[in-house]
Amino acid sequence: MQDGLFKQYQPMKAICFNFEIHQPFRLKRYRFFDIGRDHYYFDDFTNDDIVTRIAHNSYIPTAETLLRMVEANQGRFRCSIAISGVALEQFEHYVPEFLDVLKKLADTGCVEFVAQPFAYSLASLADPEDFAQQVADTCSILRNRFGVTPKVIRNTELIYDDDLAPQLVAMGFKGALTEGAKHILGWKSPNYIYTAASAPKLRLLLRNSKLSDDIAYRFSDSSWNEFPLTADRYVDWIASTPQEEQIINIYLNMETFGDLHPATTGIFQFLEALPRFAAEHGIDFLTPSEAIAKIKPVGELSVMHPISSAAETRDTSAWLGNRLQNEAFEKLYSASERVRQCQNRALKRDWQYLQSCDHFYYMGSQAAFSPYETNFAAFTNYMNVLADFLMRVEEEFPSQVDNEELNPLLLTIANQGAEIEALNKELSSMRKNIEQYNIEHRKREEACEEPKPAKAKAKKETAPKTAETKKVAPKKRASKKSE
Amino acid sequence: MFGWEFPPHILGGLGTASYGLTRGMWECGDMDITFVIPKPFGDEDKSFANIIGTSQVPVAWRDVNRDYVESRIGKVMDPELYYKLRDHIYADFNYMRTNDLGCIEFSGRYPDNILEEINNYSITAGVIARTLDFDIIHSHDWLTYPAGIHAKQVTGKPLVVHVHATEYDRSRGKPNPTVYGIERDGMTHADHVITVSNLTRQTVIDHYGIDPAKVTTVHNAVVPLSQDLLDIEMPRATKEKIVTFLGRITMQKGPEYFVEAAAKVLRNCKNVRFVMAGSGDMMNKMISLAAERGIADRFHFPGFQKGRQVYEMLKASDVYIMPSVSEPFGISPLEAMQMGVPSIISKQSGCAEILDNVIKTDYWDIDAMADAIHAIISYPALYRQMREDGLAEVAQITWDKAGKKVIDIYNKVLGR
Repeated sequence: MQDGLFKQYQPMKAICFNFEIHQPFRLKRYRFFDIGRDHYYFDDFTNDDIVTRIAHNSYIPTAETLLRMVEANQGRFRCSIAISGVALEQFEHYVPEFLDVLKKLADTGCVEFVAQPFAYSLASLADPEDFAQQVADTCSILRNRFGVTPKVIRNTELIYDDDLAPQLVAMGFKGALTEGAKHILGWKSPNYIYTAASAPKLRLLLRNSKLSDDIAYRFSDSSWNEFPLTADRYVDWIASTPQEEQIINIYLNMETFGDLHPATTGIFQFLEALPRFAAEHGIDFLTPSEAIAKIKPVGELSVMHPISSAAETRDTSAWLGNRLQNEAFEKLYSASERVRQCQNRALKRDWQYLQSCDHFYYMGSQAAFSPYETNFAAFTNYMNVLADFLMRVEEEFPSQVDNEELNPLLLTIANQGAEIEALNKELSSMRKNIEQYNIEHRKREEACEEPKPAKAKAKKETAPKTAETKKVAPKKRASKKSE
Repeated sequence: MFGWEFPPHILGGLGTASYGLTRGMWECGDMDITFVIPKPFGDEDKSFANIIGTSQVPVAWRDVNRDYVESRIGKVMDPELYYKLRDHIYADFNYMRTNDLGCIEFSGRYPDNILEEINNYSITAGVIARTLDFDIIHSHDWLTYPAGIHAKQVTGKPLVVHVHATEYDRSRGKPNPTVYGIERDGMTHADHVITVSNLTRQTVIDHYGIDPAKVTTVHNAVVPLSQDLLDIEMPRATKEKIVTFLGRITMQKGPEYFVEAAAKVLRNCKNVRFVMAGSGDMMNKMISLAAERGIADRFHFPGFQKGRQVYEMLKASDVYIMPSVSEPFGISPLEAMQMGVPSIISKQSGCAEILDNVIKTDYWDIDAMADAIHAIISYPALYRQMREDGLAEVAQITWDKAGKKVIDIYNKVLGR
């Protein structure tokens, strides 16, 4: 009894769940002779088909299960969800009923929504500015839709490195979810909270890959020696980790439930039974923010090169591993400066959709779950689309103008109205001054011919100012013309 | 082994494949191989197989002395063997047109009287079968099936027929009944049938009614290219890309789809030339088609290429394309890959079953084909990736692996 009370007061161990929801806008078959003619790139039929199917097989039943778990355990069960902006948009189109379930989950207060780049993109590796914008976009959708404000971020595929940490702090995040990559951790355990070496304010929550993958990949694998996995045994494994390890981060794609492992494998029952066995062992559930608030970090973690949850290597090679991927990636982000200056909404939308990391993943030679027959086909199709997209960007902003040249020019244009106004004001006040002076001068002349030195002094003061105004104004106008 | 062609004097893929396979089997060791061809030239590689030319096999007795034999055919056959063979003439073939040595002349090609030549080949096979000691008979392609059957009937030794192509493929489904009959006869008499792809295996089962249990696929492979060929330097136009088709310009190879795809590519991108190298009964039709599509200025027909020219042509190419309507195997994309040329092949080609680093399209899908051509010539990353991965992949496709499979089949047939 005493023991139980103690546990309630300060949990010995907690599970921190995060469910990832992402669906890209898949591209349609786009031949090179469509370049310049057809500006719609997406396969609506396939996207509808896949999103609707997975939502009904997996997302909706999983979310409902989570809702039941929250209700049945009077708030003891807690978890977090990460959802990409492109997925949210597709749900809005195809399965809005899923958003209602998510809203209910958000309203329980037991489910934390974490931030994510809008397009589930690799922007953090290429373009920090766009990355920030994308995360902000997702956050604003989450705020409007579910009334939540994310405090923790889960970057695309758990990608993280030291360079990213200061930016995340600057963006206002307290913590980041990332991979417990063995080559980074070495002898350390992922079951603690760490601080980022490059930004001590940022807490890192590391995925326990073994326990996560037990569910994600092995759950219904009958050749696995632990098959069939029961909630009882699974919680036992968690309970048997060393006592001082306080947090077990289980990050899963939500489609693991019901799609990767169909409902008939009993995976929903498995999930639903977890809180009961966890309670038996005195194991708690925490959301990432709660974990950060309650558990002290044990040390700092330095990540020199980007890590991710993908592949055996836990690096970015799943998306940027071969020449095709790198070529497409560089071509795409070569346009980012220009796209940022664009006002065209359709162009900006396509810019987002084309960034989804899935497109790059399909170009890998080992790509599973690809809508393409080969990675060459994936590359060809993407590059054709990109060629058309870049042509549209080019129409808005010709590439003869260098990006570096472009920026100050655009800034000038943007500020030009205000500047002209300010200069006009100055001009008119000068005119007034001169008039005033002339009047005074006349008065004085009329009065007597004495105050000569005063006159010279005043002229000296006004002369350079007028010259400046005249000089600046035409320059601005000229720069506008050159545009 | 009965074959029709043997390098360096070859007319198609059959010779290359027979050579490669024989060599691959020899590399597996413990094999004593006799390879029978109609007409050897004396410059064949005899290091791994004993080559007998049927044009040196006597079918009628002639009293000739050793020196005379030596002077007449010493270049291609040991006179000792001539006498041994002469001892095994099994019937009087004097009514046939024979030469001073009692041998029948062979062209060794594909003449108009090919059926007669096949028959003659089979007659001499009877002499060879009676003379030599061997365990198994292996016939390459329909031309040599009658010889194989003959040898089997004479000796009772098991027969394996190797299907490099079928009449079904060559005629796009409208086979010549005589050829079809010979093929079917060979497959029915065979103790085992080897096909060069699963595609061909299915044809053999479906259209020739052969028991699937005795049909096995052994995919072809390639012999590594000599450094000399790899080092070929060709002048390259820097601004223009070259897309090449190499092969017989016949119905089976789908040349018209290449022309149509080329027309599509040229509509959007100008810096590319197309080459259709080879000859065949559809060549003139293709020339007019190219003219009709208004692309004749960028579509070239350099004619039949042989030996080193083939590799020079490949070296000068940026893309290789094989849009075959039905291709039992198709060795040429592998050769293109060896030369580092990215390839586009039809899904209806046997080699599509084993190749990963190529672009595969349906032969009729000219949109996909045009798209693939455009992609390889426009996106340098794709070109380089395919080139490197292709080289690595094709280096793994070696004849000793195919040879090993054939030896396994022999052992099965022989009940070892």
